[in-house]
Amino acid sequence: MIPAEFDYYAPTSVQEAIGLLQEKGPEAKLLAGGHSLVPLMKLRLAAPSVLIDLNRIAELRGIRSSDGGVAIGAMTTHSEVESSPELADRWPIFHVAGAMIGDPMVRHRGTIGGSLAHADPAGDWPAVALALDARMHIAGPNGERVVPAGEFFVDMLTSALEPDEVLTEIEIPALEGRVGMAYEKFRHPASGYAVVGVAAVVVTDGSGSCQDCRVAITGAGPKATRATGVEEALKGRPLDEQSISAAAERAGEGMAFLGDIYASEEYREHLTKVYTKRALLAAARSAQG
Amino acid sequence: MTTATTFVGSSVKRVEDPEFITGSGTYLDDIKLPGMAHMAILHSPHAHARIRGIDTSKAQQHPGVLAVFTGKDTAGINPLPCAWQAGGVENHVNTPHVLASDEVRYVGDAVAVVVAEDPYTARDALELIEVDYEPLPAVVDPEKATQEGAPQLHENAPNNVCMRWTAGNQEATDRAFEQAEVVVKQRLVNQRLIPTAMETRGAIGSYNPGTGEFTIWMTSQAPHVMKLLLAAFVLNVPENKIRCISPDVGGGFGSKIFCYADMALVAFASRQLGRPVKYVEDRTENYQWTTHGRDHVTYAEIAGTRDGRITGLRVRTYANLGAYLSTIAPGIPTTLYGRMVPGVYKIPATFVEVLGVYTDTAMVDAYRGAGRPEAAYLIERMVDLFAREVGMDPAEVRRRNFVPPNEFPHDNGVGMLPYDSGEYEKALNRALELSGYPEFRREQEEARRQGRLLGVGLSSYVEVCGVAPSAWIGLNGQGWGAGLWESANVRVHLTGKAVVTTGTSPHGQGHATTFAQLVADELGVPMEDVIVEHGDTQGTPFGFGTYGSRSLAVGGSAILRSTAKIREKARKLAAHMLEASEEDVVWENGRFTVRGSPESARTIPEIALAAATGYSLPEGMEPYLDETSYYDPPNCTFPFGTHVCMVEVDRDTGETRLVRYVAVDDVGNVINPMIVDGQLHGGIVQGVAQAMWEQGVYTEDGQLVTGSLMDYALPKASMLPNFELDRTVTPTNVNAMGAKGAGEAGTIAATPAVVNAVMDALAPLGIRHLDMPLAPEKVWHAIQERSASQKEER
Ligand SMILES: Cc1cc2nc3c(=O)[nH]c(=O)nc-3n(C[C@H](O)[C@H](O)[C@H](O)COP(=O)(O)OP(=O)(O)OC[C@H]3O[C@@H](n4cnc5c(N)ncnc54)[C@H](O)[C@@H]3O)c2cc1C
Repeated sequence: MIPAEFDYYAPTSVQEAIGLLQEKGPEAKLLAGGHSLVPLMKLRLAAPSVLIDLNRIAELRGIRSSDGGVAIGAMTTHSEVESSPELADRWPIFHVAGAMIGDPMVRHRGTIGGSLAHADPAGDWPAVALALDARMHIAGPNGERVVPAGEFFVDMLTSALEPDEVLTEIEIPALEGRVGMAYEKFRHPASGYAVVGVAAVVVTDGSGSCQDCRVAITGAGPKATRATGVEEALKGRPLDEQSISAAAERAGEGMAFLGDIYASEEYREHLTKVYTKRALLAAARSAQG
Repeated sequence: MTTATTFVGSSVKRVEDPEFITGSGTYLDDIKLPGMAHMAILHSPHAHARIRGIDTSKAQQHPGVLAVFTGKDTAGINPLPCAWQAGGVENHVNTPHVLASDEVRYVGDAVAVVVAEDPYTARDALELIEVDYEPLPAVVDPEKATQEGAPQLHENAPNNVCMRWTAGNQEATDRAFEQAEVVVKQRLVNQRLIPTAMETRGAIGSYNPGTGEFTIWMTSQAPHVMKLLLAAFVLNVPENKIRCISPDVGGGFGSKIFCYADMALVAFASRQLGRPVKYVEDRTENYQWTTHGRDHVTYAEIAGTRDGRITGLRVRTYANLGAYLSTIAPGIPTTLYGRMVPGVYKIPATFVEVLGVYTDTAMVDAYRGAGRPEAAYLIERMVDLFAREVGMDPAEVRRRNFVPPNEFPHDNGVGMLPYDSGEYEKALNRALELSGYPEFRREQEEARRQGRLLGVGLSSYVEVCGVAPSAWIGLNGQGWGAGLWESANVRVHLTGKAVVTTGTSPHGQGHATTFAQLVADELGVPMEDVIVEHGDTQGTPFGFGTYGSRSLAVGGSAILRSTAKIREKARKLAAHMLEASEEDVVWENGRFTVRGSPESARTIPEIALAAATGYSLPEGMEPYLDETSYYDPPNCTFPFGTHVCMVEVDRDTGETRLVRYVAVDDVGNVINPMIVDGQLHGGIVQGVAQAMWEQGVYTEDGQLVTGSLMDYALPKASMLPNFELDRTVTPTNVNAMGAKGAGEAGTIAATPAVVNAVMDALAPLGIRHLDMPLAPEKVWHAIQERSASQKEER
């Protein structure tokens, strides 16, 4: 598994990285954990002529509080995200979903920013980012811009990032009220990626009814998607099995489904409903518990 | 120092592990020779195509490229040999050329090589070779390949049939079916598997122009056999001018037994360039052109009585052999499969017909279990279907039909050698007890009332190990192109340290430990004083290698012959040293003593010193303790056992959860229980994986869809339950140790146990059979269909 030839740069600041991106043009690629990009290069499905390694840029790493919420540096590894007590306390979904990514080697190399930027249709973080309404901080030649998760995933392997931009931070806004969250994943037996993954966040009041909720689905279609039909159906309803089951029936509405030798479109559509229900039930339990 | 007086029977830690765990092993890719060049291979992207032309000029001019070779350049190299044709029938043999020059027949067929200064350049230059292909229609399914109008692969094999082979008594079987009270039929697909050794294959060739000698390092399970095949059949070089070396080898599962094109190509390239040449396949190549396993389509019928007695078995199998014959391919679905289909049962009439078929796919050859997993799957599925048809518990049907212990040696009626020994019911009973089978049945009933799908599956298997004797397996019998004896040399050096050289070729099994245990006991020395050597053909006796769970039963027996000879000579020398008469010298507690005066004693190291110095030897005795033996067993060995698997199927998604896995195996006497358990664990994992996850998939036009580990579902530890193992011990009388063999038992037993469990779980829905792997979607669809039709029925 030998990739095609490439030049390698290791900038130490975001500005420098952007400068290199501009200079080298669209044939250049950023290298984060390398756990999506390098396999593609080894199979020669990708052959960038320049790699710009982000690993020496300290400002892209780490987790810090921000405006009541939290900001996660793009180069923070899956394992750091998974094991952060700060995140686990208020956003336990990071621990739950993080632990389901690949294997320990993947988690110690791969980064949350790389995963989001790659916009893999079966990535786990995209669903989590959507369900938490994350805000993507992006640096480019013209300074910084912020893109909400809902607008970030454009299509299969395509995000809102321009070729000369760097994803710098993922900001997670604070959630008010009694919050529950869960991530349920049907793993592909070979790759471990999500055949279907569902992230659910519910907010409830004292009465046990659903004040707010966000459900996001990954794996099933070409990009991670919010299940708005489910959210509408559940808002204002009690968080019980009956209303959750009814709402989950609307999972997959308007979605395009992927099919392959392991799971057909029909099966993925079915799993989307079953796993939405499971994720919502688990989220409701954690909100009430 | 390890000082136990007997090592045999104890779980001594593997002496080879410190090296492997600390990364100080030497695998093929660790070997770097001065001046070594690197080879990359261009493979066909088409399943079937005519080669109109190959333009290598651009690649040749690429900086760093030393040479580009195509089939024209290698025309002097013979096609690879097929060393095991199906016995007693005509085989339409087609084996691959090392580089295809006029036609390619599967995705992965080799068409050209680049040799360059480094592997990166070699790989880059492959992309500069232009091959003009004229695509031809392809066929990948063994059944379809035999049908009218299917694309033809080889002129000498009409309808793509390589051979038609039968076993058993057709007339008696037909009669049994005519008279049967119950007949159950089922089409069974035993899907293609990709062996996936963690270390991929490779070879290094080094030609010495001064001596005309080749040294070939290879990731082989059988380096001596490779030397023979390369010398006598492929390269036409005198056998004493080739030395083959298998360094540490990272797993093989059968796929590294065979003779591959790269072994010849590195030798050829080295001679052309005057430099050593290395080739290591990447995982994509490993999946495309290293051999695959299984791939049978079988029509099976079982006949019996209403009270659960099996009276007949009729089998017709299409065995996919791939595009060409790999080294021992035809022998697998015939001798090792066809002759084992009756399994542990006394079946009055069996008839087996096997068609070996060519298709536009990677070659199929032995893969862990090699024929016996297919046989065990067939009979164990059919017995379950039969049990269900007659409304009896599958455990009871098995019990009723077992070959009873007092009927050994047992002739199974399809030409296998007589089974040596067996206590099938004992193993079954122990497995049922350990798994809490009756309690589970009650729990299952209760769960079914709640709509939950719990299932339990049994697999009572027998397999054949240590295949021999040569006179039976060889050319006049089963068609194997040589013998299947094994060799061993044992030497005790002047300082009392022993070196054992074995013709077997371990690649993960732990022979350095097991064999040292045997020898330490026989010579009365500490285990660390015994070193086991293997894998280098220079200066060592010829041996057949490691596969078919033969290394202990056959190779270990050869070692014991050599230690016996050493002991005999040492006894004479001890008598001489002790000035006693030979008859009075006895072996006691690991040394020789004189009967009646135990204080006069000599140990093997003391005797070895005397033998090596040669100062005072008995009249006519040669110096040194150094003995070689060749051992050809009188029969094969037949391990057996019962595995029990418990599962729960998720109605909503079709996912199967493995709840428990219990295995009771009888591999005869055990030298190292920990190593045997390890073999069983690994074997069970592979067997379970076939039932649940693994499947090599080609599109209709011959593209390999499962071409990487992202698509081919190799099992991971997290996907499996804890294994609960136990043993019964029924020694064999075939060898002195009473040991049968344990390398493949797990793989053979596990697959049907899991499938039977899932089918048992789905029984309330009226689902009889689903083909493997039991992927959730397949199970879910079946549940959907049956639930819908059950509703209609109501
Ligand atoms: C065996 C295996 C199993 C896996 N299993 C899972 C799984 O179960 N779930 C899952 O979600 N993922 C899985 N992955 C993928 C893994 O999580 C990757 O780490 C992740 O998708 C990409 O992150 P990375 O840091 O490795 O990015 P890289 O591979 O380095 O980069 C990916 C892409 O994003 C771009 N990029 C990276 N960082 C930035 C940035 N800051 N700004 C702009 N662009 C950027 C790169 O240019 C590249 O195009 C698996 C990977 C492997 C190898």
